[in-house]
Amino acid sequence: MTFAESLAESRAATHPETKSETKAKAHGDVVLMVGTVKGAFFIWSDAARTSWRIDGPHFPGESVYSLALDQRNGRHRLLAGTRSFHWGSVVRWSDDFGQSWTAPDRQNVKFPAGLGVSLVQVWQILPGRASQPDVIYAGVEPAALFESRDAGETWDMVRGLHDNEDRPKWQPGGGGLCLHTIVIDPNDAGRMAIAVSSGGFYRTDDGGNNWQARNVGVRAEFLPDKYPKFGQCVHKVVNHPARPERLFLQNHWGLYRSDNWGDSWTDIANDVPSDFGFSMQMHPHDPDTVYIVPIESDQFRCVPEAKLRVYRTTDAGASWKPLANGLPQKDAYETILRDALSADSLPSAGIYFGTRSGKLFGSANDGENWSEIAGGLPSIVCVKAAVVGTPIS
Amino acid sequence: MAITIEIPSALRLHSRGSAVVTIDTHEQSCDSVGAALGALESQYPGVLDRVMTEEGDLRPHVNIFVDGENSRFANGLSTPIRDPATITILAAISGG
Repeated sequence: MTFAESLAESRAATHPETKSETKAKAHGDVVLMVGTVKGAFFIWSDAARTSWRIDGPHFPGESVYSLALDQRNGRHRLLAGTRSFHWGSVVRWSDDFGQSWTAPDRQNVKFPAGLGVSLVQVWQILPGRASQPDVIYAGVEPAALFESRDAGETWDMVRGLHDNEDRPKWQPGGGGLCLHTIVIDPNDAGRMAIAVSSGGFYRTDDGGNNWQARNVGVRAEFLPDKYPKFGQCVHKVVNHPARPERLFLQNHWGLYRSDNWGDSWTDIANDVPSDFGFSMQMHPHDPDTVYIVPIESDQFRCVPEAKLRVYRTTDAGASWKPLANGLPQKDAYETILRDALSADSLPSAGIYFGTRSGKLFGSANDGENWSEIAGGLPSIVCVKAAVVGTPIS
Repeated sequence: MAITIEIPSALRLHSRGSAVVTIDTHEQSCDSVGAALGALESQYPGVLDRVMTEEGDLRPHVNIFVDGENSRFANGLSTPIRDPATITILAAISGG
């Protein structure tokens, strides 16, 4: 019996009213964790991914910019970074697939006293390496990195990044001064990287004590010096666990690849209608395949020509091709934000994205064919896909 | 004498369901809004975390009224309170 099945059975014994709800979540099921400005939705399917069931809203009225499913160490823990407009932000978790959530009495992500800053919200939650199964990272606004060593229950700020000499000169982008991206090396516990809008890309090789800007070759269109040491508005960075040193970066104008953990970057904006965009997603199985959704410009943040197209490279950025089969190609004034593009880990990869207008689209065959999964959600800021029972998605 | 603090429904999860918290001023001096919130923290720290930031400021979309008067338009956390008094914590009219 799988963990999910045993959990369902034990809960059904004590909560008979929830039996059908829990029984649906079996090993191999796919969950789309969708964060919106008015709550979170968990959208479930079996591995066929032809029929979806919407569970939500969770945290109605609160914005949810970060969601994750941590399946290491025998857990099936959903984590959510929730923000009440009035009462502040907190990281909550659920060990029963969202049937119940913790409500931590104290604000569990909190800046140390005396720094003169307060948490606005949590932009990113990332379960860490398999070798450190209780470590989870969080990126927050104002820009800082937090680390939990007890699977998300308590958090500490990573002091080394806060003390970086560049940090006081970072400037907020349109979404605020946020640390929105965390990239880890699965093989080296000392190495990880983060991205800040607008601070750029930073890497540590010593477990977070020291951080260096790694932005050589990345453009800052909005600054007099177009190639500064730091200050770039990086929107998203991804890598593949099989080749972690190769990074792909979607910039505020610019599309880049690095083959050396960010020591240098090469322009790969080949055959794309715009190199402006927010979202970027690695293929789960192929380190040469990456997905993006280009946006027309920073002045008009909608997809080019009002055609909703995902672009895919299968040759590490040498070329990009549009994927539009099943997506609206007329009057589609859509915007896809930085965390609203995701992939599951099934053999025929599921690719998913959500729009600011509340539409959720999915493909069960690597992006070749698309269909609308939901059409009337609140504005979507985050989509994370996972397969129940798969530790690293 | 006593200071009465009215807790909004959204925060009663953190006051173990209490809609009203009473501070006995014989046991704990409360001469300002800040002092009353400090006394509240000793009983229900989770409530205070939702009302105040970690810098010790009132969250921007929360209002605290003292006997019906918004303390933002007095002296904020330094606003003096009489004994007895009623302090009301409310979410501001804001949101999206």
